[in-house]
Amino acid sequence: MADDGSNRSGLQLYRTMRRIRTFEERVGELFVRQQTAGSMLHLSIGEEGAAAGVGTAMREGDSFTTHHRGHGIFIARGADPNRMMAEIAGKAAGYCAGKGGSMHIADMALGHLGANAIVGGGIPAVVGAGLSYRHHKRPNVSVAFFGDGALQQGILYESMNMAALWHLPVLFVCINNQYGMGTRIDRASASLAFDERARSFGLLGEIVDGTDVEAVRDTAETLVAAARAGRPGFLAVDCFRFYGHARMDKSPYRSAEEEAEGRARDPLKRQHARLTGDGVASENDLAAIDADAAAEMDGAVDFAIAAEKPAPAALFGDVYGADQPPPEPLASRLDRVLGATP
Amino acid sequence: MNELLSTGAPAAEARGAQQTTYRDALRQALDDAMAADPDIIVMGEEVGRYGGAYGVTKGLLDRYGETRVIDAPISEAGIVGAAVGAAMTGLRPVAELMYVDFFGLAMDQIANQAAKIRYMFGGQIGVPMVLRTQGGTGRSAGAQHSQSLEGWILNTPGLRLAMPGTVSDAYHLLRAALTQPDPVVFIEHKSLYTGQGLLDTATPDAPWGQAVVRRPGRDVTLVAYSRMVKVALEAADALAAQGIEAEVVDLRTLNPLDSDTVAQSVIRTGRAAVLSEACLTGGPAAEIAQRISEDAFDWLEEPVLRIAGEDVPIPVAVDLEAASIPTVPRVVDAVARLVLP
Repeated sequence: MADDGSNRSGLQLYRTMRRIRTFEERVGELFVRQQTAGSMLHLSIGEEGAAAGVGTAMREGDSFTTHHRGHGIFIARGADPNRMMAEIAGKAAGYCAGKGGSMHIADMALGHLGANAIVGGGIPAVVGAGLSYRHHKRPNVSVAFFGDGALQQGILYESMNMAALWHLPVLFVCINNQYGMGTRIDRASASLAFDERARSFGLLGEIVDGTDVEAVRDTAETLVAAARAGRPGFLAVDCFRFYGHARMDKSPYRSAEEEAEGRARDPLKRQHARLTGDGVASENDLAAIDADAAAEMDGAVDFAIAAEKPAPAALFGDVYGADQPPPEPLASRLDRVLGATP
Repeated sequence: MNELLSTGAPAAEARGAQQTTYRDALRQALDDAMAADPDIIVMGEEVGRYGGAYGVTKGLLDRYGETRVIDAPISEAGIVGAAVGAAMTGLRPVAELMYVDFFGLAMDQIANQAAKIRYMFGGQIGVPMVLRTQGGTGRSAGAQHSQSLEGWILNTPGLRLAMPGTVSDAYHLLRAALTQPDPVVFIEHKSLYTGQGLLDTATPDAPWGQAVVRRPGRDVTLVAYSRMVKVALEAADALAAQGIEAEVVDLRTLNPLDSDTVAQSVIRTGRAAVLSEACLTGGPAAEIAQRISEDAFDWLEEPVLRIAGEDVPIPVAVDLEAASIPTVPRVVDAVARLVLP
């Protein structure tokens, strides 16, 4: 295998994308086995090039927020799949002790300032993180990841303006999978020139083909470096959401033809062909990576299923700081009013 | 009318308390807190060069510079959202919304982000920010600049809520808010800014989260916060002339809500009225009144009254605006009928 072994290498990007895809497939299985907490599960299959390519351009100490379709981004930033899967199952061993779930995974240790279930809701936090880094003279960048749905939210433009106005170390990354739930981007946006929108705010603005993970990486590296130097940017990564909006969505709003064409734009297949074609890796090398990912994510499923549920008292914890009294449980109030139950 | 309450005046003056205004007390609190903690920043519309729409932040830009006193564009959601991110990454931001009515523009960041981050993320991190704003009537500012929207905050777990009604609390509650581990919504009253009172910066009237009895009385408990404390005290003076002794409890913070101090007072008096400038229906007065009913039912001689804002948008005409919220005569009349046989 001819590979430089670095985090940015083509082979490593393939590995990251495969781990993401296999993780997402296992989330689907966990749902079928009725082991997830609910069905609000938004898979990023088809979007792995965005997560892996931008993720590798970031450094330790950088932070990020994601949208509700953010599993892949966090895996690309070093997540432990066991704790992710446990969180998706609503278990105490999950990243958020089973209280956040798929749409609210966060981990301060890895700079994950939180996944968000409000379209655009997590974007302005990176402006604040940028202010914080500047204030503390920390050489870090904060990256907001969001979908094309957020391109039509006002908060994005408030945040872009503030980032540009104050020259903050911030990058806005739109993973354009073509669909905001069931509405295709050309039915939601009057213009598709998203890079021009960004440039009009004084940001650097680029659009990159998300099926080419190395192109995503190269563009993201340039933009992250610029952001680190106080020149914030915007990157739209063009890709296709292979499956429905969430687990219950069979995508009746798009044709089988469109889906087949979209799924042909597969970042994993493309990178597979590149690596074998360039002689960087053999079929067997890549099959071994695939097998490792399968074993790892099977282990995550087992971990999540075996993990303990949160204790009942956890309902009242973490509303306020650890030194604060928790909210009074209703049962306690009722007992006070009615007298303790006999 | 410009004299705000000065609690324990003789003792306070002996300790070196100063006569000052609600506005200056707020500014002093920000200044003292910023001097003590370099991670406190102030961010909002017109907070820097203009000095704040109501003058609260005047002078802070000169003292602390543009990196700590940040004039933001008119982007309320962006301001609050940036404060959330800053608070999660090591700053202690004071975000300012010029009017409480602008909650509408920023509510996702307030209620879905700031309030829930600690809980959603399993206690990994808090959002130690203060959201300063001001509300209430008194300036004919109309339906979009005069509301009392504290109920929106009270109905959202995860947010602390402070509403000072005195000069001393303007200072001490803001200082205390800047030590909290959680997001504090700090709602000032636009009609109190020029009010005078005594401030002893060394000694708060009570710890954060505790209500204070501003006036003792045996016949009825008036529960109030923000400007309604002043209304309650003036009503209590008028009631005293009729032989009715009203006890006035100032909540100071609505979250934490000190139901115990309220219940203890009602257990002594047997009657209660809750004063609030916010709309009656579904409002804070209803919550407080129901707590009294549950906590002190056996001691109550009469139903708990809500004396609250009318269920209307705030009109601009001076007399109509004044009639839209509880007035001293309205309180005196209602409480007299509650108490007298």
